[in-house]
Amino acid sequence: MKLNELTITEAREGLKNKKFSSSELTRACLEQIEKHDAKINAFITVCKKQAIEQAKEADKLLSNGAMEQWSNLPLLGIPIALKDLYSTKDIKTTAGSKVLKDYSPVYDATVVKKLKDAGAVIIGKTNLDAWAHGSSGENSDFGPTKNPWNQEYVPGGSSSGSAAALAADMYLAATGTDTGGSIRLPASFCNLVGLKPTYGRVSRYGIIAMASSLDSIGHLAKTVEDSALLLNITAGNDVFDATTPKKPVPDYQKGLQKGIKELKIGIPKEYLQTGLDEKVKENFEDTKRILSRLGANLIEVSLPHTEYAIACYYIIQPAEVSSNLERYDGIRFGNDRSFFTDEAKRRIMLGTFTLSAGYYEAYYKKAMQVRTLIKKDFEDAFVKVDALIAPVSPTPSWKLGEKVDDPLKMYLSDVFTVTANLAGIPALAVPSGFINGLPVGIQILGPQFSEELLFQVGFAYEQATEWYKRKAILNL
Amino acid sequence: MKINVSHIAKLANLSLKEEEKEKFEKQLSSILDYVKKLEEVDTSKVEPTPQVTGLKNITREDQTIPSLSQEEALSNAKNKHNGFFKVKTILEK
Repeated sequence: MKLNELTITEAREGLKNKKFSSSELTRACLEQIEKHDAKINAFITVCKKQAIEQAKEADKLLSNGAMEQWSNLPLLGIPIALKDLYSTKDIKTTAGSKVLKDYSPVYDATVVKKLKDAGAVIIGKTNLDAWAHGSSGENSDFGPTKNPWNQEYVPGGSSSGSAAALAADMYLAATGTDTGGSIRLPASFCNLVGLKPTYGRVSRYGIIAMASSLDSIGHLAKTVEDSALLLNITAGNDVFDATTPKKPVPDYQKGLQKGIKELKIGIPKEYLQTGLDEKVKENFEDTKRILSRLGANLIEVSLPHTEYAIACYYIIQPAEVSSNLERYDGIRFGNDRSFFTDEAKRRIMLGTFTLSAGYYEAYYKKAMQVRTLIKKDFEDAFVKVDALIAPVSPTPSWKLGEKVDDPLKMYLSDVFTVTANLAGIPALAVPSGFINGLPVGIQILGPQFSEELLFQVGFAYEQATEWYKRKAILNL
Repeated sequence: MKINVSHIAKLANLSLKEEEKEKFEKQLSSILDYVKKLEEVDTSKVEPTPQVTGLKNITREDQTIPSLSQEEALSNAKNKHNGFFKVKTILEK
């Protein structure tokens, strides 16, 4: 196996036992980027020089007996990438938009600082739908990202580059953001594990805001174990983000092996009704069989307000987008507002409209009330069951260009993912197989701050299916 | 639902071309028609949820901590003058 194909856990083992160095590992990733990224277009910036230097630093620590601090440096020498929405000191941060094409932040986001402090090698900044507005990656002002599993198809968005490059083994993990599905959708379209944590579990400080009452800061990894390891680093209170509670951060890797015997897992019946692709439905039936075989009790539950989720989300989210994008006036940094492209303009105008005089009560306030009902649906369900499972998307990935002219159609691909953001609950996307050669995934949802349980269920399912072992074949 | 795109664009400080106005009007109207669905839901006795995990009044100690220097704060500005951001005239004389 090539070094760049390793998981974080495997690479750590190799580094510890001196089977290879961080420099070798980092070079293997950089070579993969050089070989394939011209086609995949997953990167906006590759930090080659800095990455090589950081790897050398890591190697120095490794040979100078950093072993004592080994557990304090869980990412020592591990190459990872950041969605280009994460502020990085002196490294260009574009948000996928030409508005910020020359913008270099003067500080690191809290999560970036934590990852660096954990020893990570930052290999680059990944492509995304501009301002994280999109479900396919096609709204990037720097060109669409291709799905490594089939380059005629979208990788899913908005964390499109983070997912595509990870599926192409260009690094070992990447960060993302999930406001309505932007981590889970690309994870499922690229055969990866994607975590959307509870709202506020991970600091948003320094990450370019999309919709502030919904934005969740998570990551994409190759395995559930790696995903848990990353949350151990990123989770916790931050004085710079008032939505992060002072709740203790457990060791998320600790309970992975517990299994799921006797766990009550709910199947929300509304997710299996209209609009679900037949093959996705079959795939989900397989998932149910596997979970039963592992000892879980599957129970049908109802989330009665599911059909209103997209409407609710597409009022709240653009309203908050319009407010967050007000600051881009070209004065303090970036270019002026004429650099916004179509999707940002649509959302800014939609939000400006619903928040304008006379419409607030009918739109934003109404949506915030429906949000309460959607949240309550989940609370009621979690009285009966420990966790829920559902498909991530009603269909597998679609062809590039297929939905670009019909924004509403694009929005509806988030029908199963926006609910978790509205309710503030965590969700873990795990690969569940392939349909015509394209990956699909399931998501596990739990009550707020129940990430440990999600990893426990995800790990049991992953170990029983091992879909993560399949690799995309990249032709030159 | 008809939306006055020119008016909204002005409020949002966006300049649109004529052909864009037509396209956006059509797309935004269809989205607004879709979200009308929410009218079916009785919310007369429902409180809104602005903060989903229920945190309230989070404050921190009012202590000064190191912050950006003036030079750093200005480092990304395209127009500056004597250590200030330079802006276009807003109020006419």
